[in-house]
Amino acid sequence: MRVVEAVLSIFINPQFYKIALTVATPLIFASLGGVFSEITGVVNIALEGIILMGAFTSVVFTYLTGNVWFGVLMAIVAGLLMALLHAWGSIKWAGNQVVLGTALILLSQGITGFLMEPIFGQPGQTDFVGKIDEITIPGLAKVPFIGQVIGEISPFVYIAFGCVAFGWWLIYKTKLGLRMRAVGENPEAADTLGVNVYAIRYFGVLMSGVFASLAGAYLSVGEIGQFKELMSGGRGFIGLAAMIVGKWNPIGAMLSSLFFGFFGAFANQLQSLQQIQVPANVKPLFDTIPFILTIVVVAGVVGRSRPPKADGVPYEKSA
Amino acid sequence: MAPEVNEIKTAHHLYAVEMIDITKRFPGVLANDRVTLRVKAGEIHAIVGENGAGKSTLMNQLYGLYHPDSGEIRIFGEQKRFHGPRDAIRAGIGMVHQHFMLVDTLTVAENVVLGSEPVKGLNFDLNRAREEVRKLSEAYGLYVDIDAKIEDIPVGMQQRVEIIKTLYRGANIIILDEPTAVLTPQEVEELFEIMRNLKKSGKTILFISHKLNEVMEISDRITVMRGGRVTAELITKETNEREIARAMVGRDVVLKLDKPPHKAKDVVLEVRNLWVKDNRHLNAVRGVSFQVRAGEVVGIAGVAGNGQTELVEAITGLRKVENGEIIFLGKNVAGAHPRQLREMGMSHIAEDRLKYALIKPFPAYYNAILGRHYKTPFASGAFLNHREIKRFTAELMEEFDVRPRIIEHLGGNFSGGNQQKLVVGREIKAHPKFMVVAQPTRGLDVGAIEFIHRQILRMREQDVAILLISMELEEIFSLSDRILVMYEGQIMGEVRPEETTVEEVGLMMAGKRLEEIRGGKK
Ligand SMILES: Nc1ncnc2c1ncn2[C@@H]1O[C@H](COP(=O)(O)OP(=O)(O)OP(=O)(O)O)[C@@H](O)[C@H]1O
Ligand SMILES: [Mg+2]
Repeated sequence: MRVVEAVLSIFINPQFYKIALTVATPLIFASLGGVFSEITGVVNIALEGIILMGAFTSVVFTYLTGNVWFGVLMAIVAGLLMALLHAWGSIKWAGNQVVLGTALILLSQGITGFLMEPIFGQPGQTDFVGKIDEITIPGLAKVPFIGQVIGEISPFVYIAFGCVAFGWWLIYKTKLGLRMRAVGENPEAADTLGVNVYAIRYFGVLMSGVFASLAGAYLSVGEIGQFKELMSGGRGFIGLAAMIVGKWNPIGAMLSSLFFGFFGAFANQLQSLQQIQVPANVKPLFDTIPFILTIVVVAGVVGRSRPPKADGVPYEKSA
Repeated sequence: MAPEVNEIKTAHHLYAVEMIDITKRFPGVLANDRVTLRVKAGEIHAIVGENGAGKSTLMNQLYGLYHPDSGEIRIFGEQKRFHGPRDAIRAGIGMVHQHFMLVDTLTVAENVVLGSEPVKGLNFDLNRAREEVRKLSEAYGLYVDIDAKIEDIPVGMQQRVEIIKTLYRGANIIILDEPTAVLTPQEVEELFEIMRNLKKSGKTILFISHKLNEVMEISDRITVMRGGRVTAELITKETNEREIARAMVGRDVVLKLDKPPHKAKDVVLEVRNLWVKDNRHLNAVRGVSFQVRAGEVVGIAGVAGNGQTELVEAITGLRKVENGEIIFLGKNVAGAHPRQLREMGMSHIAEDRLKYALIKPFPAYYNAILGRHYKTPFASGAFLNHREIKRFTAELMEEFDVRPRIIEHLGGNFSGGNQQKLVVGREIKAHPKFMVVAQPTRGLDVGAIEFIHRQILRMREQDVAILLISMELEEIFSLSDRILVMYEGQIMGEVRPEETTVEEVGLMMAGKRLEEIRGGKK
C-alpha cells in the first residue's frame, strides 16, 4: 500500500510536471525537425547526430567566449552544416537517406569524442562551462501549482512551444508550407507545376538541422552546463517516434513528445522513491522505459498513421 | 456538322503550335524521329497512334518536361526553348497527363493553385484560391467539389481538377493525354461538352486517344503517328475510322472479330451468394451467384464502381469474403491465398496494372515472371535462374509484340499499352484453367486491342474458363458467350449477346432488372 501511495504522490507534486516539460523539450525540438524534413520527403535519422553536435558545439563556444547565447548560435550553425551534408547527399546525389543519416550519426559521435581531449584536456565529460538560467515569469510565478510548473523554467521550454506554433503556421498557413506538403507527397506533380522540388527539400532538411541543434544546445548549456559524450542518448530517435505518432503534424508531434516526456519523468521519479528498493544494477532498466514505450506506442499507431507518400524516395528528374 | 469558322483569334498567327523536326532518343529507343506537328489556333487536334508510337513523349517536350535532342518548337509563330514546365506554362501551355499529377492529400483548391498561390501578407490565401476555382468551374461548366481531398473524389472529377489547373494558369493551349481512357461513357460525353466550351472560348486543344470514334466525334484535324514518326495528317471530315486505323498500324485492322461457336464444358468456377465489402466497409457485392464453364467467356458489364472491382478482388484472393462461397474446381476457395489460387490454375489480368500487375522499377524480365518466380524453371531452390528467366522474357516479348524488345527495359518506362501486353503475356503463358480478365484493353491502340481479343478467344478455344470485366460494351458484346450486368453489387440479369441489344444491357446497367424490362414489353 505504501508503494501505491508513494507512486500516486508523484502526480500531485508540481515538480513532476516541470520535469516532464523539461524532458519533453528536446523531444519537441527533435520531432519538429523530423516533421520539417519528412514532410518534404526526406527521411532524416541524422537528427540524433545533429543533437549531439549541437550539444557539443554550444559547450565549446560557451567555453571559448563565455557567452552562452553565442554558444547556442554556433550550435545552430553546426546543425545547419550537418543538415546541409544530409541534404546534399540525399537530394543532390539521391543517396540512401537511412545510410546517410547513420553515417552522420557515427561522424558526430567520432568528432565529438575525438575533440574532447584537445579542447578540454579530458575525455568523457567537460567541466561546467556556463548555463542558461531559468527565467521567472513575474505574475505567473506566484500562481499556486502552475507557477511552480512553468513560472520559473528554462527559456528553451518556451522557445520550443514557440517553434511548434511557428512550424504549424508555416506548414499549414503559408504557400511555402503548401509546397512542402505537395513535394513530400507527389514531387512529380509539384514539378509539373514549376515548383522547385530540390529547393523545397533543401529548406525542409536545413530547418530540421536548426531544430535538432536547439535540442542539443538545450541538453548541454540549457540544462546542465556541460557536455557528456553520447549525451543525445537516443532522443533523435524518440523524436522521430513522436513525429510518427503525431502524424507528421507539428502539434501532434508536440503532444506525443509531451506524452513521452511525461513517462520519462515518471520513470525518473520512480527511481528516486525510497519506498521502492532499486538495486543499482537494475537502475539502467528504468532508463529503457521511454524506449519500450516508444516501441509499444509506435507499433500501435503506425498502421493508422500514414507517412507522406514520397517520404524517403529521392526525386530524380527524367531527361 | 456546320463548318466551323474561328472568329476568336487567340493571336493573329495561324498555328498555335508548331513542332518541327523533333527528335528524341531514350536509351535504346528512338521515341520521336523527326516529327513535325502543326496545330491551328482554336482547333481540336487529335493525335493518334499505336502504343509506344511516341505521343506522350512528344507532348512532354511541348510541356517542357523533356528536352528535344533536336528540332524546334514555335508557339504562335514564336520560337521557344523550354527549360521546364514553368517556361511552358508561361507560354500559355497546360497539360493534363495520362497519369494524373495531383497531390492526393491536398484539397481540390490547393491542387489547382499549387505553384502559383494567391497570398495575403505572409499567408497563403485559401479563400481567394477557392473563389478563383469556383469562378473557373462555373465559367466552363467544370463541376468540382472545391474543398474535397483528391483521394476522396472520383476519377472524372480529378480530371476536371486537372483541366481547371491549366485554366488557372491562363493556358491557351491545352494538352489532354488520353483523357477518356479512365472515364465512363457518360463522363466522356461530359468531357466533350467541356472541350467544346473551351474551343468556343478560343482555346486550342491537343487530344490524344485510342478510340477512333471519339476522335471522329470531337476533333477537327488528326495527326497519326507510328514508330516515332508521323504517318498521316488528316482532316476529320474527310476521313473515316478505317483509314485512320490503317495509317496507325500500317495494315488493315479488323475492328470487329467474329467469334467461332465453341461448346462450353464443365463448370470451373462457381460463385454462390457472394458478399464483399469495399474499403469503406460498405457492402459492394451483395449476394452475387454465377458459373463460368471451361471454354466460355462470361462478361460482366456495368458502370465502374458497381462492385466489379471488389468481385474480382474476392475471387482472386485479394479481398476478404464476408459471406458466400467461391467454388473453384470443386473446392471452396473463399479466403484462399492468391498463391494457392495460382497454383490451382487461376490467373488474373488486373484492372490497375501499375498497382497490382507491374513493378515499375523492375526490368521486363522480372516483371515477366512475377507470381511464378519461385518455381521451376525460373528458380532452383532459393536461387533465381536468370538464364531461363531472360530466355522466357525474350520469347514472351516476341510472342506478344511488346515494344521496345529490350528485356532490361524498366516496367515503368514502357508505354501504357506495352505494359499491358507484358502483363497479358505473363498471365496467358502461365497456362491457366481459369482467367479473370479485368479491363484488358484500357489504353490500348486498335491493333493491340485486336491482338488481345484474339488471345482471349484463343484461350477460349483451348477450353480455358474466362471471366471478363469491362466497361466497354463493344468488348463485352464481341467476346462474351454470356453477359451478366452488375448494378450496385447485384446482378440485374443474364443475357446472350446474340439475343439482346445494347439498349437492353444499357437499361440493366442503369439498375433495371431483366424481368422488368422484358416483362414491360409484353
Ligand atoms: N523515360 C523513358 N525512358 C526510356 N524509354 C522511354 C521513356 N519514356 C518513354 N519511353 C519509350 O519511348 C517510346 C514512346 O513512348 P510514349 O510513352 O511516348 O508512347 P505513347 O505513344 O504515348 O504510347 P501509349 O499510347 O501506350 O501511351 C516507348 O517505346 C517507350 O518505351
Ligand atoms: Mg502515352
